[in-house]
Amino acid sequence: MQRLDRKLGFLSALPMTAVLLLAFLAPMAVIALFSIMPQKVFSLSNTPDFSAYRVFFSQGYYKSLLWSLGMALASTLILLVVCWPLAYGMAKVFGRFTLVLTIAVVMSLFVSENIRLFGWVLTLMKGGLIEGHIRTWTGVGFESPLYGVPIIVFGLVYVYLPFMLFPLAQGIAMVPDDTRQAAADLGATRWQILTQIEIPQAAPGIVVGSLLSFVLAAGALAESKILGGQAVIAIADDIETAFTFGQDWPLGSALSMILIVIIGTFALLGVSRVDLDAIMGRKR
Amino acid sequence: MPASRSTRIVLFIYGLLVIGFLYLPLVSVGFASVSRARYLSFPIKRYSSKWYADALASSTVKDLLWTSLSVAVIVTIISVVIAFFGALAFARYNWRYRTAFQKLILLPIFFPQTVLGLALLMWFNSLGIIPTWKTAVVAHLVWIAPIATLIVAIRAYGFDPALEEAARDMGAGTPTILREITLPLLMPGLVSAGLFAFLLSWGNFPLSLFTTGADSTLPEWLYAKMVSGYSPLVPTLGIMSVVGSFVIIMAALCVAWMLRANKESKIAQH
Repeated sequence: MQRLDRKLGFLSALPMTAVLLLAFLAPMAVIALFSIMPQKVFSLSNTPDFSAYRVFFSQGYYKSLLWSLGMALASTLILLVVCWPLAYGMAKVFGRFTLVLTIAVVMSLFVSENIRLFGWVLTLMKGGLIEGHIRTWTGVGFESPLYGVPIIVFGLVYVYLPFMLFPLAQGIAMVPDDTRQAAADLGATRWQILTQIEIPQAAPGIVVGSLLSFVLAAGALAESKILGGQAVIAIADDIETAFTFGQDWPLGSALSMILIVIIGTFALLGVSRVDLDAIMGRKR
Repeated sequence: MPASRSTRIVLFIYGLLVIGFLYLPLVSVGFASVSRARYLSFPIKRYSSKWYADALASSTVKDLLWTSLSVAVIVTIISVVIAFFGALAFARYNWRYRTAFQKLILLPIFFPQTVLGLALLMWFNSLGIIPTWKTAVVAHLVWIAPIATLIVAIRAYGFDPALEEAARDMGAGTPTILREITLPLLMPGLVSAGLFAFLLSWGNFPLSLFTTGADSTLPEWLYAKMVSGYSPLVPTLGIMSVVGSFVIIMAALCVAWMLRANKESKIAQH
């Protein structure tokens, strides 16, 4: 039986592994190789000189990286606070409403991110849904909040909300009611229960949710382009420009590598601490 | 420790507010799509369905829809097949590299999609492949097949391996077991994985951006128009794409509900 399991496991992993090998790991290798090539070459048959990495510092690309990481961190922290009560409700309070909420949130995911961000532009612009109506009713308008750093963070919070909400709800569902009850009986305050019982026990959900939203937000592009009007340049935007207008593949590859290493470190650290079998409900 | 009545009500209202927050931008897009004016400003003074008529008559729109649909359908079929086997390797069989395989599958999901698209573009280029919508299928697969696998895996965790073992004890071979036992048991997971695959591919923009070559999918076209300036067709096509996905979801939910009702009435008859 065990030998059969081993064989079948290997065989059934083959299609997925083949796709990832050919279309994920191989392209990564190409990026890694291109990143050490001299600037502005289009083939790998050159002598590597690592010059693209020097440009990262000398031309100020590190600023975009810091902005991207900073905005990703801010949106992750905001998401934790915003999603916690809702995730708590979904896991412990709502009952039937949880299903409605789940369907509503998942359906919003299927609408292209572009269209939803464009919708926020129409909602928030001068003469948009909110300002236009308020001005007509009260006679007083206000300046549009679009095109700045806060609105980009807002966009990140909006787009990545489901990626925080669902893992968090899953994590909170893993907190046994008995422990909370016991703590309350022993005289713990609401705050003590939150910090000493709920947060530690829901940690896997918190880790996965924060990791997902941070990593996705760090590589995000559309929020700063559509909502931010390029008030600041995201690192993903720099990467795109290097490849397209800049026609500088080694520079784009070097920037990608830096982003990949940072994101990969976070992702691997987080994923290795979490037991996937437990989160996804393995029974045996 | 059941929550108090007031906590319940506050949380419930909060939940409704979040749903409202998620859908507010679509309301704006909806209004914009039926505004008659070429340059949009709220409140809308005159409504018209002119832009919808324009969109339906346009051959560009037909091409966009056709490209998006072809990509989504092929991605769905391949993803479901990969996910069926992948989920068994992920959740069911005990084999040596199972935990490594689980982590490998998570990597592309965590990966920034724009960078993945660019990496694939360079990879295709070094292989001498000219990007068309077919290369976009490959790009979508890298991200969507792992997600589909996770969805089927949740289902695979839930089923009892004793059923398969019983069939094996009675002399069934592996292909028979997969067809007669595993496939029907995983079917609900496969259907939702297929649904996810289709809709995620249909709405995906960052992966398509660099991998479609001269072809263009609907989200790509919308983005190009958004960045270059307002076109009244943007909200119209946006809403058409949204309505398309919602119709598919509703149809799927109805079919699932009918199948369940059918099954229950059969059980009741016995």
